[in-house]
Amino acid sequence: MTASGRGCIAWVPQDSSARAVGADEVAAALSAIDRVTVRRNGTRGMLWREPLVEVETERGRVGYANVTADDIPALVEAGMLAGAPPRATPGGAEDDHARRSVEYVGIVDDDPWLTAQDRVSLARIGLAEPTDITAYEAQGGWAGLRRALELDPEDVVEEVVTSGLRGRGGAGFPTGVKWRTVLQAESDLKFVACNLDEGDSGTFADRILAEADPFTLLEGMTIAAVTVGATEGFIYCRSEYPDAIERLRDAIAVATEHGYLGDDVAGSGRAFRLQVRVGAGAYICGEETSMLESLEGRRGEVRAKPPIPALQGLWRSPTVVNNLLSFAAIPMILAEGGEAYAARGVGRSRGTQIFQLAGNIARGGVYEAPLGISLRELVEDIGGGTRSGRPVRAVQVGGPLGAYLPADRLEVPMGYEELAEAGGMLGHGGVVVFDEGVDMARMARFAMEFCSVESCGKCTPCRIGSTRGVETIDAITATPAGAPGRDQLFVLLEDLCATMTTGSLCAMGGLTPVPVRSALTHFPEDFEGSPR
Amino acid sequence: MARAGRQAEELTPRSARAESVRDIALRYAGERGPLLEILHATQREHGHVADEDVVEIADVLNLSVAEVHGTVSFYHDFRRTARPDHVVQICRAEACQAVGGADLYTSAQELFAHREDVEVREVFCFGNCALGPSASIDGRLRARTTLDDIAAAESGWSR
Ligand SMILES: Cc1cc2nc3c(=O)[nH]c(=O)nc-3n(C[C@H](O)[C@H](O)[C@H](O)COP(=O)(O)O)c2cc1C
Ligand code: SF4
Ligand code: FES
Repeated sequence: MTASGRGCIAWVPQDSSARAVGADEVAAALSAIDRVTVRRNGTRGMLWREPLVEVETERGRVGYANVTADDIPALVEAGMLAGAPPRATPGGAEDDHARRSVEYVGIVDDDPWLTAQDRVSLARIGLAEPTDITAYEAQGGWAGLRRALELDPEDVVEEVVTSGLRGRGGAGFPTGVKWRTVLQAESDLKFVACNLDEGDSGTFADRILAEADPFTLLEGMTIAAVTVGATEGFIYCRSEYPDAIERLRDAIAVATEHGYLGDDVAGSGRAFRLQVRVGAGAYICGEETSMLESLEGRRGEVRAKPPIPALQGLWRSPTVVNNLLSFAAIPMILAEGGEAYAARGVGRSRGTQIFQLAGNIARGGVYEAPLGISLRELVEDIGGGTRSGRPVRAVQVGGPLGAYLPADRLEVPMGYEELAEAGGMLGHGGVVVFDEGVDMARMARFAMEFCSVESCGKCTPCRIGSTRGVETIDAITATPAGAPGRDQLFVLLEDLCATMTTGSLCAMGGLTPVPVRSALTHFPEDFEGSPR
Repeated sequence: MARAGRQAEELTPRSARAESVRDIALRYAGERGPLLEILHATQREHGHVADEDVVEIADVLNLSVAEVHGTVSFYHDFRRTARPDHVVQICRAEACQAVGGADLYTSAQELFAHREDVEVREVFCFGNCALGPSASIDGRLRARTTLDDIAAAESGWSR
């Protein structure tokens, strides 16, 4: 087999989800072909299509989705290396019933799923090799940092304030205000810390961006550092993301070599040294003060606030703590101006949000759109409904501490205030879809169980209340409807929820009742039946 | 490296391990907040964090043994006993539950109930939530995992 003409460049994503469906094997099969050069990009975010192989042609990059290594010979035979559509698979592979057949995507850049988006933070994912710093520069990289270095720190902060950017980690606190606090704090030592703990189920945008386009994070963090006067930075990455850890370490080495990190950031005379630190499997370490404790080498127990980390964070020094997506929005905000970012969005939710479509969904992936898009658009139009083909019954938005919304509430616009009004929360932008097979009593029990496993243990309502919550839900589902004492169990559960909500030190215990109560409110029938 | 460490351990059980852990601790001791780094490196090299390692690390960092022990026991990743030959981690978080993750976890536990050399562990999210159920077999992440996939992996293990 030889490629026609002058050889061929094929892109095979190195994203960990793509690798989990065989991208490495596909890359190996393509590399074995004469005159084919395989390059590894990050994912484009269309995860349901992975592995998505792209072949460079004169028309642009032509995509083939759901490719396996076994498909390669037939695809090449049919002219894949010149961008030709595959032939219809004859017969069907009898030995593998679950096999998904190859889909011809055509010119990937023209794919409607991509072109309908407003990609700001994700603008570069999947286009180049993640640590190719020349490609990053060619695609507009470092422009934000250069502008930040020309401005006074106060003016950089002003741009961020103008953008209206709110923390993408979940709490939605204005990023510019946080930076201003650190800038104005008097201290010889300041830090910048990126929260890459991403513990919420159904969220993976931090991971994808770190794996596909690590320089965007590095640029955002460096802008923060030179602005507030921080000289040291940490990226706290969860241990469940080994590929992201490796990619970020490589990117830091390359950026340092090219003078964007180190003693003299982009020739400015300012120093910023950055390192990756790895968590050790604890959901609570995503809470910022718990993350700081963990970075300092202790148990990840939540600190009482005040003092806020902006004034007393790492080693009691002023520290900018932001989520990865918050940092990743910064380069564009500086390069194009805060106004351009603020022009997108709804109400007080400005800019774009990266939604993560997950769970029982046909077209799962990352989708960047202005805030305000409706949940129904995300789940049905963009996500294609459930993967099982059965009707949607519940959607959990905003991670394990977010509410379960029933199928008739999906018109809600995705904005901080808008979702809060509907009893939900935006959180980190995760959207998890369940079909009608879901047992909501089981999900409510899981919320309590998760809290009991992951509680930091510092306060009683969370530590003990969640365990009692599991027991109480078990008692409810084990007691037939109408049996004596059953009503009291519901009273007890509500009482536990109220205690956790008002008595917990942080949102772990404080918000666990949200999914539980939403399940009780919207799906009471699931708590009625016989023991499951 | 892990293998060499284990062999050395067999020849002169305590001291070789203690020395190696001390070396690891000293390598990171000068950094800010080095404890987690040291624990990760110890586990990478020796498979788990033993009680004797805790004593060694506490000594190098000038911390109390209780302090180091408290940190080790807080995190799910750190193991106190030797690692079995095979580890199957299955995601039990919501997005994977939406496509059968919880049942996969239960069936995998049953599948390996009779094997002491295999450990089935729950994990809450690999960030592969669009392609669940997610599992990791001996460190390799898999998507849309079925029990058959896990059984197929098992058949490839030498016994
Ligand atoms: C229980 C709990 C878990 C959290 N997990 C994360 C997380 O995984 N990633 C994250 O960025 N923020 C997480 N947060 C929010 C952080 O505490 C903090 O608000 C955030 O990192 C600040 O950055 P931002 O302003 O850019 O969002 C969590 C909060 C709580 C209460
Ligand atoms: S609510 Fe739970 S996780 Fe938060 S501080 Fe209290 S015990 Fe720790
Ligand atoms: S919920 Fe299972 S990988 Fe995220």
